[in-house]
Amino acid sequence: MAKASLSVNEVRDMMLAAADQIIASEPILTDADRALGDGDHGVGMERGMTAVKEALAGKDFPSAGKVFVGVGTAMMSSMGGASGAIFGILFRSGGKAVGDATEFTAAHLATLLREGTDQVMTKGAKPGDKTMVDALDPAARKAGEVAGLPIDEALVAVAAAAAAGREASKDMIATMGRAKTLGENSLGKPDAGAVSVAIILAAMSDFVAGL
Amino acid sequence: MKKLINNPLKCADELVEGLVEAYNGECRHVGARSIVKNDIPEGKVALLIGGGSGHEPIYHGLVGRNLADGAACGDIFAAPPPNIVLEATEAVNRGKGVLYLYGNYAGDVLNFDLGAELASDDDIEVRTVLIWDDVCSAPATQKHNRRGIAGLVPIVKLAGAASQKVSTLEELEALAKKAVLQTRSVGVSMSPGSIPATGKPTFDIDEDKIGLGMGIHGEPGVGEIPMTTADELTAQMLDLIFADFEKDEEVAALAPGDEVLLLVNSLGATTMMELLIALRKAKAILTERGLKIYDVLIGPFVTCQEMSGISFSITRLDEELKGYWDMPCQSVCYSKMEGRNGG
Repeated sequence: MAKASLSVNEVRDMMLAAADQIIASEPILTDADRALGDGDHGVGMERGMTAVKEALAGKDFPSAGKVFVGVGTAMMSSMGGASGAIFGILFRSGGKAVGDATEFTAAHLATLLREGTDQVMTKGAKPGDKTMVDALDPAARKAGEVAGLPIDEALVAVAAAAAAGREASKDMIATMGRAKTLGENSLGKPDAGAVSVAIILAAMSDFVAGL
Repeated sequence: MKKLINNPLKCADELVEGLVEAYNGECRHVGARSIVKNDIPEGKVALLIGGGSGHEPIYHGLVGRNLADGAACGDIFAAPPPNIVLEATEAVNRGKGVLYLYGNYAGDVLNFDLGAELASDDDIEVRTVLIWDDVCSAPATQKHNRRGIAGLVPIVKLAGAASQKVSTLEELEALAKKAVLQTRSVGVSMSPGSIPATGKPTFDIDEDKIGLGMGIHGEPGVGEIPMTTADELTAQMLDLIFADFEKDEEVAALAPGDEVLLLVNSLGATTMMELLIALRKAKAILTERGLKIYDVLIGPFVTCQEMSGISFSITRLDEELKGYWDMPCQSVCYSKMEGRNGG
């Protein structure tokens, strides 16, 4: 049965489920980053999501937006590295745009992803650069298209768009970050940050499907 | 890989705790993970460095007498988060502003910039000079996209000395930029280091290959070459540095009579024996070109765990830079007497 929106506690628990899924995926992320970077993305994401769990578990939040700001702050202050700053910017700016909503709808999901992605792109990465933006931007676009659907159906579509973006990043040549010096040798492998984005959105979708 | 550690996820915190002990009272631990000098005088223009841990004795080991005032320390191979940069900035600031001087990596730039934004909320003026000495990481026309590697040791030494003498942040910024412009490095790797938390090597390379121009995290350089001798590799690496001074329109080519610092760095596992063999050849090549070696730095300064490899850095000195080089300095990473040690 379609679920129109999520309560603040459901949003919190959805992000806890995403954190668990990232922590379980550490070996996948490590291998993805070893191929193109220095291999520390998995450990960094594990550290960031462990901090997210500490910041969220058992806590009450006044709004959905505050949950996402809390996710971003925990990641930014615990991870370091490019990923910590970028995920921090994504969730903090996206969460602030969602604001004090207490029922999280597909329209809020679209706001979260669009504003967060736009702020991430102000740091230099654009679609096609083989970064997490290549999973984020398609997800944000899809979220805009499905903003009128129930949240569970919207999340299924958005997670699929992120997964497609991750796959598309295999055919891109890295121009940002440590992988940029690989040039054409970066072809055939997905960007590790795009893999993380796809995992987070899939976990959010799976959690809501199980409610 | 046998590694003598406790909790793999606590390596950065525990090594910084140990570093504070190595300073034995000269520096202290600040905030989540910064190290700061105890005796920064009021009114001094402050110099803050930093970056990911795991490359010891840099970056945090360059805090010290006539060197950096503090360092914001990241986790293993990861830039320090903005809150740590802010804590370090507040601790070194003495009212004359803070120069951030660090290697040009996307993560460091993002986090130090966010830290500078937070510092500006506290009315602390921050300027940033990026170190981009690795000539193999981008062509001369795009040198501001290059990575920072071992050249940061002489650059931080020069800027640290200057920070004792200048009266404004602008002067220190200008001096640091000059030191960066005159410093070029080339590195190679023969085998990878590993990340303590995963135990996995940072890259794969065949036994009979050398990664030419490879970065200090194992980022690929200009390509793989067959394993060769110390003398041949030294000549090939120095040629890349000479060529870069020639290609870059912003600096003069290295010319007979120029005085240079020569840094021969081990990436970790490469032995002092190997460094000395390379130094002997490097000295002959530089002499043949008519270059005068003003001073020599040799040893493991910029490492990547048990990665094997070597890098050369050359810094051309003018009278101003020589004056700052001649000042003594003392730290866990590098110490020297007044004047010059070698050369």
